[in-house]
Amino acid sequence: MSVRDRRLPLLTAGLLAALTTAACGGDPGTGEEAADTITVAATDDACDVATGELAAGTHRFRVTNSGDQVTEFYVYAEGDRVMGEVENIAPGLTRELLVELPAGGYETACKPGMVGDGIRSALTVTGEAAQLSEDETLAQAGADYQRYVRSQTGALVEQTTAFADAVRAGDVEGAKALFPVARTYWERIEPVAEVFGDLDPRIDGREGDQAEGEDFTGYHRIEQALWVDGSTEGMAPYADQLQADVQEVAGLADETTLDPLQLANGAKALLDEIATGKITGEEDRYSHTDLWDFAANLEGSEAAVQALRPYLEEADPDLVAEIDERFAAAEAELEQYRTGDGWVLYDQLTQEQLRGLSDSITALTESVSRVAAVVAGR
Amino acid sequence: MSEPAPAGRGLSRRRLFGLLGAGTAGVVAAGAAGGAIGRATVDVGGPGEDPATAAGPRPTDAVEFTGAHQAGIVTPAQDRLHFVAFDVTTDRREELVEVLQAWTAAARRMTAGQDAGPVGALAGSPYAPPDDTGEALDLPPSGLTLTVGFGPTLFTTADGADRFGLAARRPAPLVELPAFAGDQLDPAISGGDLCVQACANDPQVAVHAVRNLVRLGAGVVSVRWSQLGFGRTSSTSTGQATPRNLFGFKDGTDNLKAENTAALDRFVWVGDGDPGADWLAGGSYLVTRRIRMLIEPWDSSSLVEQEQTIGRAKGSGAPLGQRAEFDPVDFTTQVDGEFAVPERSHVFLAHPTNSGTAILRRGYSFVDGSDGLGRLDAGLFFIAFQRDPATGFVQVQRNLRTDAMNEYVRHTSSAVFACPPGVRGDDDWWGRALFTG
Repeated sequence: MSVRDRRLPLLTAGLLAALTTAACGGDPGTGEEAADTITVAATDDACDVATGELAAGTHRFRVTNSGDQVTEFYVYAEGDRVMGEVENIAPGLTRELLVELPAGGYETACKPGMVGDGIRSALTVTGEAAQLSEDETLAQAGADYQRYVRSQTGALVEQTTAFADAVRAGDVEGAKALFPVARTYWERIEPVAEVFGDLDPRIDGREGDQAEGEDFTGYHRIEQALWVDGSTEGMAPYADQLQADVQEVAGLADETTLDPLQLANGAKALLDEIATGKITGEEDRYSHTDLWDFAANLEGSEAAVQALRPYLEEADPDLVAEIDERFAAAEAELEQYRTGDGWVLYDQLTQEQLRGLSDSITALTESVSRVAAVVAGR
Repeated sequence: MSEPAPAGRGLSRRRLFGLLGAGTAGVVAAGAAGGAIGRATVDVGGPGEDPATAAGPRPTDAVEFTGAHQAGIVTPAQDRLHFVAFDVTTDRREELVEVLQAWTAAARRMTAGQDAGPVGALAGSPYAPPDDTGEALDLPPSGLTLTVGFGPTLFTTADGADRFGLAARRPAPLVELPAFAGDQLDPAISGGDLCVQACANDPQVAVHAVRNLVRLGAGVVSVRWSQLGFGRTSSTSTGQATPRNLFGFKDGTDNLKAENTAALDRFVWVGDGDPGADWLAGGSYLVTRRIRMLIEPWDSSSLVEQEQTIGRAKGSGAPLGQRAEFDPVDFTTQVDGEFAVPERSHVFLAHPTNSGTAILRRGYSFVDGSDGLGRLDAGLFFIAFQRDPATGFVQVQRNLRTDAMNEYVRHTSSAVFACPPGVRGDDDWWGRALFTG
């Protein structure tokens, strides 16, 4: 959890085409470039979206901020599920957002000053989207990855419950041992978990990430108590909430099928998580168990790419070969730091060792970053 | 810039006079006179340019990428530098070759003011990362030059491994520089298997070039260290002022001149009969030294002390005892019964008649913020091109062991690279003769 908020738009652009489209198999797509550009005139007190009605498909929103405050622009599905967002639009700037929108009811929102519910308008999307997933192998990818997610959520709930139990029982050593294990299942499927808005910061936020007035909760709150204070005192309510939140997110994730573009972006996002949070030791700053998360992110990224593999092997076999090689290289680099059932602690790694890990992830990311265009360009 | 001359090796003034009198000054005078800490002030003409027509290029213009020699050596020094050294992380020769070919193609485009990749920053699939990072959109070529070099460890690693079958092709002069007295080198910012020197008149253009090359090399090369530099464009006519370094002195008053082709052939370009000429003829050896200046002690020293340390007047740049910047250095001039140019001054020791050689200097000032104790982390990123490091930089630097300036400088990084000759035609690429010969 870190730069997550900045990545969210990428991840969710072309969101949950999912359940609906995976199975529907309608007419083949008519091309996945954005069909149009919808201008959004944002000021400090207005958010004028050029239209309130769209055909299903991929659309480009061009947001111009003429106000004096930095703003954000969101497209929300029901329940404020983020379909796409652009953050940090400074006064005078214009930024664009690509969003894939299946038929349904949505809301757009500008958030001048980046706070509150924002200035909202209704957006109705009709017709049948030309979805990427209509291609059969691609549709299969979503289903395959969903199976992977379900395989992980079970363990996630189980291990997090055990962790919470240890915390509630005041078993500091037991909780410490379970902490990186429970997180492994979380870190593997983060691209799905992140889709569900505020659950992610509650579960995985780091100290200082919270908005004013929000409590610091989740894994890292308890991590701080365990490693800094050497105590579980006062942590029972946090353990309760973490357990409940994880259960909720697991239930939602089980029912979510990511579309191929989300899979591709999610695979890359997991590698970015490694580069920005694990290589730097920021993620588990008290326990230094970052390499557990590193390994989990890597596995999760590979699972997402593998789900797309049947399609990629047809579309770009050279890229598949390169990705295979670079996953293997990154895994080999990481494997050097395995000890017993776990990993060397972050603060025991030398700068040179970190650089080797970083190089392998940089190379892999360059390759994986090309998957989305292959998927989109079919 | 500073280093060992065995005690007693110093030349007598009579001998200096003799050398000068013998008429070598015309060829050699260039070398280190203005303070070896100088940036290059090559006067005219990039590779492939007719010096006669090169008098008036604008700072925004493109510099020709192809030619007998790589651009960025005798090209009139641009304002800005981004220098980067790489480690090669693969053991597969074909992967390295692919990167060098991709770099050449990107360098061709970027030096012409185009995007790094054939698609560009904006025209590709919206779902793909653009093949150009975009920060140089709308910017002119800005005199961008990209100069590649190969370090000794590309041929044989420190452990003795011949990763790419190149060991036998390493020219004998391409060896790590010897240790010099007073060195405080940090290995993390020294050495490297490959380097790229990016120079431009707009820092964003230079940084853009390096950033895109780094990206193209992902998985094959890894940035070992890099250095940003700045410094005013050197004069291309005698009517322009010589730039000042961070000591506040004019630096590089004399340097090898691009139009003095005899001097360049003698001191800068690897010749046909030289070691490694089969792939390196027309190339040059590049030495870099990050020379931190101890700014605060320097600033609190008196003007006299500063001038005696350098051997030139701070205002005019004239050698002490002379009147004007371009007056010849004369070590025999006396003022009040003392030699005007002190024997431990930088000019005295670095002068070509004393070092007996000349190098083409092309360095840049740097300020890397502060050092945590509130002191500027600043100095000169020294760059020199020469035909052979042993008779170039090493020879000059050894002569500087007793340099009074050593009190105010610390060498913190060091590297040496062999820069192949220029890219000739459309199918040529950086290092082709080395890898296919």
